[in-house]
Parts: sequence; C-alpha cells; structure tokens
Amino acid sequence: MAEFVTIKNLHKNFIKDSVPIKVLNGVNLTVNKGEIFGVIGFSGAGKSTLARCINRLETPDSGEIYVDGTEILSLSDKELRKKRKKIGMVFQNFNLFESKTVYQNIAYPLVIDGYKKSEIRKKVLEAAEMVGLSDKLSEYPGGLSGGQKQRVGIARALVGDPELLLSDESTSALDPQTTIQILDLLKEINKKTNITILMITHELDAIKYTCRKMAVLENGEITEEGLVEDIFRNPTSRTGALFAKVFNEMQHAELGDGAGI
Amino acid sequence: MSLLNEPFWKVFISSFSKEVWDSILPSVSDTLYMTLVASVITLIFGVILGIVLTVTNPTGLAPVKPLYTSMGGFINVLRSLPQMIMIILMIPVSRLIFGKSYGTNACIIAIAASCIPMYARMVESSLLEIEKGKIDAAKALGSTNFQIITKVIIPETFPSLIRGFTVAVISVISMTALAGSFGAGGIGDIAVRFGYQRFQHDVLFATVYVLVILVQGIQLIGDRVSRHILIKRHLLSAGARKRRKHYEKKSDKDTSNSNISAGVSSNAGRVLTN
Repeated sequence: MAEFVTIKNLHKNFIKDSVPIKVLNGVNLTVNKGEIFGVIGFSGAGKSTLARCINRLETPDSGEIYVDGTEILSLSDKELRKKRKKIGMVFQNFNLFESKTVYQNIAYPLVIDGYKKSEIRKKVLEAAEMVGLSDKLSEYPGGLSGGQKQRVGIARALVGDPELLLSDESTSALDPQTTIQILDLLKEINKKTNITILMITHELDAIKYTCRKMAVLENGEITEEGLVEDIFRNPTSRTGALFAKVFNEMQHAELGDGAGI
Repeated sequence: MSLLNEPFWKVFISSFSKEVWDSILPSVSDTLYMTLVASVITLIFGVILGIVLTVTNPTGLAPVKPLYTSMGGFINVLRSLPQMIMIILMIPVSRLIFGKSYGTNACIIAIAASCIPMYARMVESSLLEIEKGKIDAAKALGSTNFQIITKVIIPETFPSLIRGFTVAVISVISMTALAGSFGAGGIGDIAVRFGYQRFQHDVLFATVYVLVILVQGIQLIGDRVSRHILIKRHLLSAGARKRRKHYEKKSDKDTSNSNISAGVSSNAGRVLTN
C-alpha cells in the first residue's frame, strides 16, 4: 500500500513561562492510504499536537510532514488553505458553529469555496444522508445530542471530499453506545470512500474496535508501532504495556461479572 | 409651573398637559435624530475598530503588536475623557466639517467620538468570547481570516454584540441630553433652558419621561432580540410560559389525530413545565 501520511523527525516545543516544554520529540510515523491508523497515549503525551501539526493548526519547530506527497510545512498560506480542504478534522468537543443550522454547518466548507447553491444542496444532502441526519438539517446544533453533534462534525469534515480525516479524540466526549455508533460510522465511511483516517485517542476500545495498525505515543515520542493485536498481546513500551494491562483487566472484570450472574 | 411656588402633585399633573408636550415634541425629534445618526456611526466605526483590535491582538488571527498597542492606547485616551470635555474638544472638528460649532450635526461628532471607543472595546470583548475551537474548525476547513471573521466570529458572537450595542445606544442618548446644553438642541436643551434656567419643572419632568421611555424601549428591544437569537439556537431555554404554549400547541395538533396521544403529550407538557 502507498504511503499517504509521512512524518519525519517532528519536533515541537511549547513555551510556558519562558521555559520550553518538549511536546513532540522526534516523531516518525507512516500511515498508508485507505487505512484507519490509531495513535494512543496518555493525556499530555502530545497526541493532539501531533494531529494539529498535520494540518498546521500548530506549527512544528522542525521536521517534515508529507500528506499525499505534499510537504505541509513549506506551503504558503494560500496553498495551505487549499490543502486543508483536503484534510478533514473532527474534534472532541465538536466545534460546530452554533449560529448555523445543521445544513449551514455542513455547507460551510462549500460556501467558503464558492460552490453553486444547487451543487452545495446536493453535496450537503448526500453528506447528511451518509451520517444519518437527513431529518435534522434545519435544527441548530444546540438542540442536538452529543452523538448527533459529532455526526454533523463528521459530515462537515467530509463534505469537501477530503482524502485524510484527522479524528482528534472524536469519541472521548461521548457515551459508550454513541461511541460505538460513531466508530461504526467512521469504519463505514472508510470502507465506502477509502479515506485515510488518523485516529487520535486515549480509549483502547476505540482503537481495538476500529484500527488495524496503531502507534503508541509517550512523552512526545513514538515508542511502539505495529498491528493492534501484536501490541495488545505483546507490548514492548511502558505505555503500551500499561494500556494492555488495563485492557486485559477490564475484559477480565467483565467476564467475572458475567459469571457472577 | 415651578416646584418653588406649586405643590408637587400640581406640577406632576401639569407635566402631562398639552402645552408642555407641545413645547417638547419638536425637540424629541431632534433627540431621536441625533441618537439615530450617532448610533449608526458608533456601530460602524465601533465594529470596525473592535474587529481590528481582536484580529491584531497578540493571540489573534493576524497579530500586529505595534498596531494593537498603539490603537489600544489611543482608545484608552479617548475613553478617559469625560463626555463634557469631549464635546468641547470636538468643537474645532465640527467647525471644520460642518462650518459651525453648534447645532445637532456638530454635536453628533462629539457624541460619536465619545461612544465609538467605548463600543469598540465592547465589540472586542464580545468577539473574544468565541471559543478557540470554533476558529480551529474554521481554519481546518480552509477558511481565510476574512471568512473566519465574517462567517464565524461575528455570527457566533452576534447576541453579545447586540447587547453591547444596546448599552452603546443608551450612552448615546445620555450624551445627547448633555450635548443639548452645548447648543445641540433636543431634550437636553429643553431640560436646561426650561427646567433649570426658568424653573419650569413640569417641562423638566416631561423630558425625564421621554428619556426613561427611550432608554427602557431600547433596552427592551436589545434584550428581546438577543434572547430571541439565543433561544432560536437552543443556547437558552425558553421560559416556562413559552414551553407550555409549545406543548399545548402540540397537544392541540395531536387531538385532531387521536385523543389518546393528545392526553399523553399534554401530560408530558405539564410534567416538563412543572
């Protein structure tokens, strides 16, 4: 499979009280076209920063990021805006526009791109259909549930036909049942459109449920990378081991409960 | 009629008399004219300055620190001037623009000069209310800064902008009254000439009614509009009365379909409103 996202030696420091804090410390990562790739790590490991560097919401200090062969960090502002339209992003707290209806939210990327009204309508209806929100188009996001909001977020991210979807903790604010629904939706979209999805999360279940390959991010470094089953069965990094342990214990506990009944 | 030689109640009653209102009404239209024009000018320039302040803010979309600091400083200087001094300071400017330093139009300049900096700061603080995440989302979708401002930040903070504008209009009104004593005409002029210099307290009372009604009316409209938008966006729940109405309407509709569902939904309405 072809490499779609390649990150080479990415460094990023945040300055807090004039003391630099290393957030990303030489990250190397390769994601192939059409796969759902998971990145897991504890809070503060640099997961979100990594995702935000890919569409340059954060500017890294050094390193290289290639998306579909284009070096992201050397793009001019105008080129960057064009490239961003091909990189969808879904957020933990949805970040919907509360002044706009569901329809207007999904249509936003097309409106700013100057599409024709009829074309916008067609694409928005398609996207809404895909995420199952065709009956909510005239609602405002304030009246929707968390799961529905995230569906709007996904539709808005996908309406411009991007080739890469960055999911930054997209299910972390949702209840388990809704999480499964959203993950199913992402899987379905991936199957249908062959879009590459980079899933940033701290939830093991989400990774195990959706991804085939994953990486473990620890203190700004990728400490482990490979097939999900391998890492869960045979973790080599500290974070990986911890996650695997927690996961196994959780499964064990569930089994125990079942036996008790 | 003066409080000096008449009892309060007589003056009070006389303040509703036809002669009093006949002498006031022409100046009411002056006041309304000044308020309207000064408010529009304040709105336009206040919003523009507020946007520039927000955008050039060191944490803003396009940080330009020297511009932000110098503009902020200039606004602070203007804001620290008492309104009366601003009116006097603006006399040469009015003379330059209109050829005379008194009259309604001349005072509009002073009013605007005093209210624009205030409203600019209010616009700035309204615009800064927006959650960073929404700007991130707009950026991630490939928006230009101009699109982020016009299509995201302003619509998202619109209710707050309206509330700020309400306050600005009210301070414009209070300043038209002050400007009246500097030859601007209007309600303030009447209040000073009749109420203060000639002790016609019934006229003074009447000017107070006009000002109170004006301010209350504008506050009411501002609150209503911003509330209406928030309710429409489901960011503020409609009051209990409205909710009950909503459910009653719903149950009415249901009655035509089936009696059972009508009973259920009106019960649901009752539970929710209680």
